[in-house]
Amino acid sequence: MAVEIMKEKYRSQVREVVLGATKDEGGTRSTTIKVGGESTLPFLHFEGAVPNRPVVAMEVWDVFPEEWPQNLKDAFGDVLNDPAAWAKKCVDEFGADLIALRFKGADPDVNDASAEDCIAVLKNVLEAVGVPLIVYGCGKLEKDNAIIGPIGEAAEGENLLLGVAEQENYKSVASAAMAYKHSVIAQSPIDINIAKQLNILISEMSTPLLDRIVIDPTIAALGYGIEYSYSIMERARFGALNGDRMLGMPMIGNVGHEVWSKKETFIPVDEEPGWGDQAERSLAWESVTAMALLQAGMNILVMRHPQAVKLIKQNIDELMQDNSY
Amino acid sequence: MIIIGERINGMFRDIAKAIREKDPTAVQEWARKQEAMGSGYLDINVGPAVSDRVSAMRWLCEVAQEASKLPLCLDSTDYDAIEAGLEVCKQPAMINSVPAVQEKMDRVFQMASKYNAEVIGLAMNEEGIPKDAESRVALAMELVANCDAHGIPISNLYIDPLVLPCNVGQDHGPEVMETLRQIKLLSDPPPKTVVGLSNISQGTKDRDLINRIFAVMAMANGLDAAIADGCDEELIAAVATARIILNMDIYCDSYVDVFKNQNL
Repeated sequence: MAVEIMKEKYRSQVREVVLGATKDEGGTRSTTIKVGGESTLPFLHFEGAVPNRPVVAMEVWDVFPEEWPQNLKDAFGDVLNDPAAWAKKCVDEFGADLIALRFKGADPDVNDASAEDCIAVLKNVLEAVGVPLIVYGCGKLEKDNAIIGPIGEAAEGENLLLGVAEQENYKSVASAAMAYKHSVIAQSPIDINIAKQLNILISEMSTPLLDRIVIDPTIAALGYGIEYSYSIMERARFGALNGDRMLGMPMIGNVGHEVWSKKETFIPVDEEPGWGDQAERSLAWESVTAMALLQAGMNILVMRHPQAVKLIKQNIDELMQDNSY
Repeated sequence: MIIIGERINGMFRDIAKAIREKDPTAVQEWARKQEAMGSGYLDINVGPAVSDRVSAMRWLCEVAQEASKLPLCLDSTDYDAIEAGLEVCKQPAMINSVPAVQEKMDRVFQMASKYNAEVIGLAMNEEGIPKDAESRVALAMELVANCDAHGIPISNLYIDPLVLPCNVGQDHGPEVMETLRQIKLLSDPPPKTVVGLSNISQGTKDRDLINRIFAVMAMANGLDAAIADGCDEELIAAVATARIILNMDIYCDSYVDVFKNQNL
């Protein structure tokens, strides 16, 4: 007797968000990227549509990433002092789909770089690569609020993905996105209710922004509560597929940022002989974290190590192979 | 719970006047308003205002659809009027309603099949409204069987267990709740359930309070839809809250607004 395969049919799908803008669309990118649009759970091609591949963004900083472990720095050679060259290498050699530019140098405790300094770096990077850009501030709210407007204005029409809007601090980022035609990362602290509420708050400022929001559910690294991130993402996906318009956005995860601050990625083997070679271990940590998040429905992975990026892109190739029957 | 907005009904004076004078203003205002408050369907009932129910139904459907993208729930005991409405519906509609009476079921399910419409089936027959849950469920089963015989998916059938005013048929309350639960066991997938919400409060003093308490109690017993006042703010808030407590929607601080704005 033939086995009948049960297939779920969902009434809705994840919103599709376009990142970047070509010349015709008011920007200067050579390509744009579409994320989202799934009408089923991750990679169940037999059940629904998975029209767009998950994409990998590689992180580029405006300052030399002193705190990165040596094996991570070594992977980039001599470009880490030059954000434009660094970005170009990520795209040309390592296959990054996008660049995530982080203005670490704007931190008052680092270089206290001004909005003008950041804009100069941004323009160099925009010129060096043709892929869409994600832009992060330094993580200090007051400073980020001061620089995000000018940065948004300087890149008007590029449809950058601007980070990050939070429940208590979303207006500056959302305003910059609204005024200068960019998209927004809406970040919530591993909390589905806040994720939904934040999307409502942003859409109350401007309804069309609903189609330009990417959710950052805040992910954790492997071993640090990734299962919480996973279940939040899974719940958001079920919500989206069942018609919850306020949770139906694509998702982004700061994989590199989370993983490379954890001891498993930088403690040398002589300190923890049972853990194995640090270089190999750190790569595995970033890759496995990213793989788990792909399975949870992550659309944009922000990563660091070129080898891990390579592995994940292979993994995405495999997962995107049609398994419908 | 899906709210089937009840306001476009010729029993209301403004709608009766609109039908008589062929002036769509009031109809379209109510269509828009109910849609903006989160109704999922618009009930369309020509009421007692006119003798030519067929053309009145057709006209109401046409003008309502100009103002709203919601599907329509065609409410009449005159099946020719319903068929006239179905002919002009731009998307699958709901037929309101058919009792468990054979020749009526034959006509209605045939129409439903032809127009891909959903059907509200009443748990009553020639003998009237049953007193207990068992008899209601037995009639529901007849509706399920007839629906299935016409090849219509059971999930397109909404069973109305029939509610009596709580000041008249108080003993029907628990029977209705029991019926709502048992209907879900009739088939897999089960039929859906619907009530005419305001029936529960006919002739009582604080109708809105009784309506919304009944709504959330019935939801807890599995109610899927109600023909109700889609502009009653307190009812909408109660339904939105019950959906949160039943884990049907994901909580956020603005959940009532989200429920209201679902059609935007």
